[in-house]
Amino acid sequence: MAETVLKIENLGISFGGLKAVQNLNLEIKEKQLYGLVGPNGAGKTTVFNMITGVYKPTTGTFYLCGENLTGKSQETINHKGIARTFQNIRLFNNMTVIRNVMVGLHNQPEYKCGMFTSMLRLPRHFKVEKAMRQRAKEILEVVGLLEERNSLACNLPYGKQRKLEIARALATSPKLLCLDEPAAGMNPHETQELMDIIRLIREQFNVTILLIEHDMKFVSGLCDELTVLNFGTVLAQGETKEALQDPEVIRAYIGG
Amino acid sequence: MSKFRNVKWKQYVAYLLLIAATCYFGFFGLQRSLDRITTILLEKAAVAMILAVSLNLVVGFLGELSLGHAGFMCVGAYLGAKTAVALTASMGPGNELVILLISLLVGGVAAAVCGVVIGLPALRLRGDYLAIVTLAFGEIVRSIFENLPDEMFGGSLGQQAVRYIRHHLFIIGFILVILTLAIIQNFIRSKHGRAVTSIRDSEIAARATGINVTKYKLMVFTISAFFAGIAGVLFSFTQNKVQPTTFDYNYSIEILVMVVLGGMGSLNGSLIAALLITYLNEQLQIVLTGDLAVLRGLMYALVMILLVIYRNAPALKVFREKASIKNLLAKLKTHDPSKIHDDEASWDRVPTKIMVDEVLSVDIQPQSPYTPDKQWKEEK
Ligand SMILES: Nc1ncnc2c1ncn2[C@@H]1O[C@H](COP(=O)(O)OP(=O)(O)OP(=O)(O)O)[C@@H](O)[C@H]1O
Ligand SMILES: [Mg+2]
Repeated sequence: MAETVLKIENLGISFGGLKAVQNLNLEIKEKQLYGLVGPNGAGKTTVFNMITGVYKPTTGTFYLCGENLTGKSQETINHKGIARTFQNIRLFNNMTVIRNVMVGLHNQPEYKCGMFTSMLRLPRHFKVEKAMRQRAKEILEVVGLLEERNSLACNLPYGKQRKLEIARALATSPKLLCLDEPAAGMNPHETQELMDIIRLIREQFNVTILLIEHDMKFVSGLCDELTVLNFGTVLAQGETKEALQDPEVIRAYIGG
Repeated sequence: MSKFRNVKWKQYVAYLLLIAATCYFGFFGLQRSLDRITTILLEKAAVAMILAVSLNLVVGFLGELSLGHAGFMCVGAYLGAKTAVALTASMGPGNELVILLISLLVGGVAAAVCGVVIGLPALRLRGDYLAIVTLAFGEIVRSIFENLPDEMFGGSLGQQAVRYIRHHLFIIGFILVILTLAIIQNFIRSKHGRAVTSIRDSEIAARATGINVTKYKLMVFTISAFFAGIAGVLFSFTQNKVQPTTFDYNYSIEILVMVVLGGMGSLNGSLIAALLITYLNEQLQIVLTGDLAVLRGLMYALVMILLVIYRNAPALKVFREKASIKNLLAKLKTHDPSKIHDDEASWDRVPTKIMVDEVLSVDIQPQSPYTPDKQWKEEK
C-alpha cells in the first residue's frame, strides 16, 4: 500500500460570503498523478492557493505526509515539500533562465552558505555556486531548456516559460508538485512533449504530481485519478475514466 | 583570444580604476602637493560613491524606493562625530586612525539599527507607501538631532566634529569606497543576491519558491543603512561641525538621482554617476553664487525628468536602441547582446537594470485585495 502524500479534510474557504471552495476531501498517494478539473471559476486555483499557504482556509485541514500544514506560511509550506507553478506565469523576468532555477535551489541543505561567507568570498562560496550551477543544468536538461539557460526569462516563448516554472518548482525538491494549467497556451506538439516531460519528472524526481488542466485529452492521458469541482463543490471523484463519465460531470461541462 | 574576451577581468574594472585613482592621488596627497579644492572634491566623491552604491542595493536590487537615505547618513555622522570627540578627549592625539575606525564602527552600527527599524514597515508596505515612510524617517531623524538638548548633539548649531588627517583623509575615503563596493558586489553576486533580486521580480513567486522574504528585506535594509552610516561618519570627519540642515530631503533626492542616473541595478553606474554629480555640483557652486544658488536644486529635478522622458518616450525608441551601450559594444564585436555569458565565468552577472517607473509605481494595492472571511458558520 502506497503512502499518502497529501490528505485534505473538509477544506473550505469563502470570500465575502462567496463560498469559493467547500467540503473538499481528497487523498493523494505517493507517486500518483492526480488531476483537478472543473469549469472556469470552479475553485481549482483557490485550492492550490490554500494548500500552498497563499490563502488561509476558513475551514478544514490538510496534511503533507501526515504533518498538518494548515495555516502555515508560504515559505514554510515550500520548505516542507509543496511546490507550485502559477496559472498566470510568474517568473523572475529580469534574471537568466539558469538563475531562475538556482533561486529554487536556494534552500537546499547541501547548498548552505552564509551571508558572510559570500561577502568575504571564502572557498565555500565558490564550491556552493559551482554545485548549484551544475544541479540547475541537470534540472534544465530534464525539461529541455538547457540550450536557453543564458537568456532572460522574459525573452522565452510562452511554452518554455511554463516549462521553466516547472523547473524552478522542481529545484526546491518537493514531495508534491502542483501544476496550474501547465499546458495552457501550448500547441498540440508542445502539449505532447509536456506530457512526456511530466511522466519523466515523476520517475526521475520521485514526486507526486497534482495538476489542474482544461485539456481533457491531456488529463485522461496522464492522470490516474481525478477530482471534478464545480462551483466549489466536488462533483465526482475517482479513477479518471469513471469520473469523466459521471452524468453530473458531463452535465456541468456541457451545461444544462 | 576568445579566452581573453571571456576573462573575468571585466568584473574587476571598477576595482582596478578605483585602486589606480587611490594610488595616484594618494601619492600626491601624502606629499602635500594637492590643493585644497582637489582634496575636498575627492572627499566628497568618496562619500557620494558609498551613498550611491548602498542606496542602489535597496532601490535597484530589492526594488523598493527609499527616500530617507540621508537619514541613515545623519545617524552615522552624528554618532561618529560624538564618538570621535569623546575619544579624542580621552585618548589624546596620536591615535587618529584608531579613533577613526572606532567611530566608523559606532556610526555604521547605529545606522544599521535604524535600518532594521525602517525595514520592519517595509515588510508590509510597498512602492509609494514605503517611499513616504522612508521620507518621513529621514525628516524625523534630522529633527530629533536638531531638537535634542544642546549638550547632547549641539542642537541646531550642530555637533562639534574632529577634523584631522586633513590632507589624506580622502585616501581612507577611497579605501572605504573599495571595501563597500566589494562587500555589496559580493553580496549581490551570490545566492543571497539572487534571492534579493527574485523578490524584486516577483515577491509572490519568491515566497512560493521558499525564499524567506522577511529575512532578505530586513537584511538589505540593514546592510544599506550600515554603509550609509559609514558614509556619514566619513562625512563628519571632513567637517568642522555636523549640521542638521545638511541631511534634508534634498540630500536624499540627490543620492537617488545618482542611483537612477547610473542605472538601477548597476553598481558601476552608481559610481560613475556619483562622481559626475559631485563634480557638477562643485562646479555649479562656483558659477551659481548668491541668489542663483537656488538654481542648483533645480538640476536634480531636471536630470530626473529628462531621464524618465528619455527612457520612456516612444519617439526616442530608435535612438535609444542605437545609443544603448549593449548595441554599441555589439558593433565593436566584443559582445553579443543576445547572449549573456554568466555561465562558465565564476561570477554572477548583475541582473539587468530595471526602469525608474517600475520602482516608482509598483502595485499600489495591498498584496491581496481580498482576504478570506474569518470563519463561516456551517448552516444547519
Ligand atoms: N481573492 C479572492 N477574492 C474573492 N474571490 C475570489 C478570490 N480568489 C478566487 N475567488 C473566486 O473564487 C472562485 C474560484 O476561482 P478560481 O480562480 O479558483 O477558479 P478556477 O477554477 O481556477 O478557474 P479557471 O479555470 O478560470 O482558472 C471564482 O468565483 C473567483 O472569483
Ligand atoms: Mg485557475
